[in-house]
Amino acid sequence: MTRDGIILEARGLTMRFGGLTAVKEFSAAFPRGSICGLIGPNGAGKTTCFNMITGFYRPTEGQVFLNGGPISGRPPYEVCRAGVARTFQNIRLFGNETVLQNVLIGGHLRQKTGWLAAVLCLPAHFREERAMRERAMELLDAVGLAHLAGEQASALPYGAQRRLEIARALATRPSFLLLDEPAAGMNPQETQELMQFIRNIREGFGLTVLLIEHDMKLVMNICEQIWVLDYGETIAQGEPAAIQSDPRVIEAYLGEECADA
Amino acid sequence: MNSAMFIQHLLNSLTLGSLYALIAIGYTMVYGILRLINFAHSEIFMLGAYFVFWGVTLFSLPWPLAMLLSVVFTAGLGILVDRVAYRPLRDAPRISALISAIGVSFFLQNVAIVFFQAIPRAVYRPAWLENPIILGEVRLLPLTLFVPALSLLLMLGLVYVVYRTKTGLGMRAISKDIETSYLMGVPVNRIIAITFGIGSALAAASGIMWALRYPQLQPIMGGIPGFKAFIAAVFGGIGSIQGAVIGGLVLGFIEIMTVAFFPDLAGYRDAFAFILLIAILLYKPTGLLGARQEDKV
Amino acid sequence: MHRSTAISLNVLAVAALGLFLWWAEGALDGYKIQILNLIAVNIILALSLNLIYGFTGLFSLGHAGFMAIGAYVCSILILSPAQKEMLFILGEALPLVQEAHAPFLVAVAAGGLAAALAGLLVGLPLLKLGDDYLGIATLGFAEIVRVIANNIPRVTNGALGFKGIPDYANLWWNYGWCVFTLFVVVRLLSSNTGNVFKAIRDDEIAAKAMGVNVFRHKLLSFTIGSFFAGVGGALLASLLTTIDPKMFLFTLTFNVLMIVVTGGLGSITGSVLAGVGITVLLEWLRFVENPVSLGGFELPGIPGMRMVIFSLALICIILFRREGLMGMREITWSGLGGLFARKGGR
Repeated sequence: MTRDGIILEARGLTMRFGGLTAVKEFSAAFPRGSICGLIGPNGAGKTTCFNMITGFYRPTEGQVFLNGGPISGRPPYEVCRAGVARTFQNIRLFGNETVLQNVLIGGHLRQKTGWLAAVLCLPAHFREERAMRERAMELLDAVGLAHLAGEQASALPYGAQRRLEIARALATRPSFLLLDEPAAGMNPQETQELMQFIRNIREGFGLTVLLIEHDMKLVMNICEQIWVLDYGETIAQGEPAAIQSDPRVIEAYLGEECADA
Repeated sequence: MNSAMFIQHLLNSLTLGSLYALIAIGYTMVYGILRLINFAHSEIFMLGAYFVFWGVTLFSLPWPLAMLLSVVFTAGLGILVDRVAYRPLRDAPRISALISAIGVSFFLQNVAIVFFQAIPRAVYRPAWLENPIILGEVRLLPLTLFVPALSLLLMLGLVYVVYRTKTGLGMRAISKDIETSYLMGVPVNRIIAITFGIGSALAAASGIMWALRYPQLQPIMGGIPGFKAFIAAVFGGIGSIQGAVIGGLVLGFIEIMTVAFFPDLAGYRDAFAFILLIAILLYKPTGLLGARQEDKV
Repeated sequence: MHRSTAISLNVLAVAALGLFLWWAEGALDGYKIQILNLIAVNIILALSLNLIYGFTGLFSLGHAGFMAIGAYVCSILILSPAQKEMLFILGEALPLVQEAHAPFLVAVAAGGLAAALAGLLVGLPLLKLGDDYLGIATLGFAEIVRVIANNIPRVTNGALGFKGIPDYANLWWNYGWCVFTLFVVVRLLSSNTGNVFKAIRDDEIAAKAMGVNVFRHKLLSFTIGSFFAGVGGALLASLLTTIDPKMFLFTLTFNVLMIVVTGGLGSITGSVLAGVGITVLLEWLRFVENPVSLGGFELPGIPGMRMVIFSLALICIILFRREGLMGMREITWSGLGGLFARKGGR
């Protein structure tokens, strides 16, 4: 029943906290290999959508399908295992660990040899961990952090922390990547680089990307499809050009902020 | 079991329950504000009882005066503990303050061993609490009436402070949101100190009455009642004063009645509370009256 | 540093330890040997708690409970049937308890496994709880273990406990288990599983998002930690030759916590160093509790003073040096090598 080109589909996702409806009947189908955007004013329910898709919240109603199979209601680690990875709005790195360790933790779920193999010093374990370290270094190289591999993650500058969080997510080998405000706190130059970076990883890792972003320039430039939330309701959906001229969007959101954009 | 005995047990559980409740209030108030399990609270309870003992035996003070002074002293001690061992850790990870609290608890307990010696001591009891009143088949110690009555009085006083005074308003504000309270100009540190003072005073009152009820003093006497009172606070919903009172009474009731009806289980008496604790934490961690707190993703 | 170099250095260190023990056995008096033994046991206990709390972030206060389980299981297995017939005066021992007998190695391992099983069963419900609630619940567990030990006289001899437990736990056994514990903990923590434990400690939500089955890993860490707590308890029983429920009060957990916090939460070498330091300090502080005669004067000992100083020290560490001796750092061979190289270079 799924169309071939759709990797992840949300059907009628609703999230209520007590009496408050944070998201109401959010439905979206994300084309494989696309970069999509989820926008809306603060408190519109964007992060709640992310939390429902990634299993942190169990939707009150509705379902999520990945490659046609339902994944909603499963715990976050299983969702991640199925190929959905994410970053957080307020960066959540493992601050006491090194940059390399952060990426290795991301690789953990594809690891075959477990703790017992480590204690028993099985050669297969050493081989696998060596291969994992090599792959982690490649990933760090891809995000331009290889030279910082031994640094403590919390000591990195802000922009590098954002990239590390993405590298760590990539280490889980996702097919669908959710980025929660990746450009927050970046200057225009950095945002420009980030845009190119997101395009690159999409090509390089064969990803579909869904991002929440307030930087309209970035969203309009990079996204092929955009969903607009306001007070938990989807008020518009479509290509950037259509979104920009949608009166409801302008009224709800773009009106004051991006009249000059 | 006849009804007279049942009434006897009921009054006993009321006595025990109100003693638990008084201690539980201190735990719940501190936890409500600082999210800290004040392990030292059970030692405050113990010291309250000892201060009266020394006041009466060493300084020959009249009992009511000794009691009053003890309550004042322990309140001061509670404030001092907060000032020295907890306040510097307000911005530290929560577990740091907890470890500090465990340290203070051991410290006070062993200071008591050093000064008062580990051997149990008999407690002076005013005679008027000892002469039983006989009502038909029910044999009543004035103590079993005195303890709940005084407890009730103290609790009413507390409710007045918390709900009718500016300090109480500050307490409630801080327990909702300590950061915002700072910003709104609530004198946070002073109010926390007052909270420790009040909680400690109630614990001391409980300790003094505990020593009347079970007339033996030991430096380790605070441990088990303190723990059970903490459990009562969790049961009632930690952070809620009404919850602590209800939790204390329920726990007292369960304990007395289980031992009364199933004497075989008396040896496991101290385990009941812990089993209750684990059960609550697993099935309703917010307790009867507690508010829910979600982890923010 | 190259892997093989590190391995040879480790082997050398173990050999040096062996030589030292061989020397100590012949040259030191019984009291000093007892302290050395306690050091080994305390290091085992500290490592196990550090794995649970320092590395995985599970604030557990139930160590005394796991130690009690290890101690009782081991004691029952190494006490001879004849001894048990004499010991059980509150009620005849259950047939299984009466008959059970095993060599020391098996008995200690069985003590560890029993504690691990308890850890697994307790962890299944309790590890869903966070921070301080977990602490208080595990503390409750330890108390329940103690109450049960008091109330099943046909297994534990009730409040009387066991006396005359064979003193098999000599330097070789204790340090053998200590090295084994160290090996397992180091292997575990330097593998990616160790990284996952630390990830859970640092940020549980991010760990979940990275595909980590957080609960399973918490359970794993808790169970392994419980195993070594049980081993420590088992060795302690044989070392002290008597056990009873009173021995497993919260104070026991407190001592282990003290070592871990002093050494540094999340530092293996910290736990080892603090294990040595605190054990020696605790023994040394015994002097303040024993009567001392100074030039004909008899100064009375002050009971409780030891724990006063001890708890004061813990408060000071938490207040003024929260990271303990080592923080989360480790002393490594290459670190030491670097130190010497720098010195030599000048």
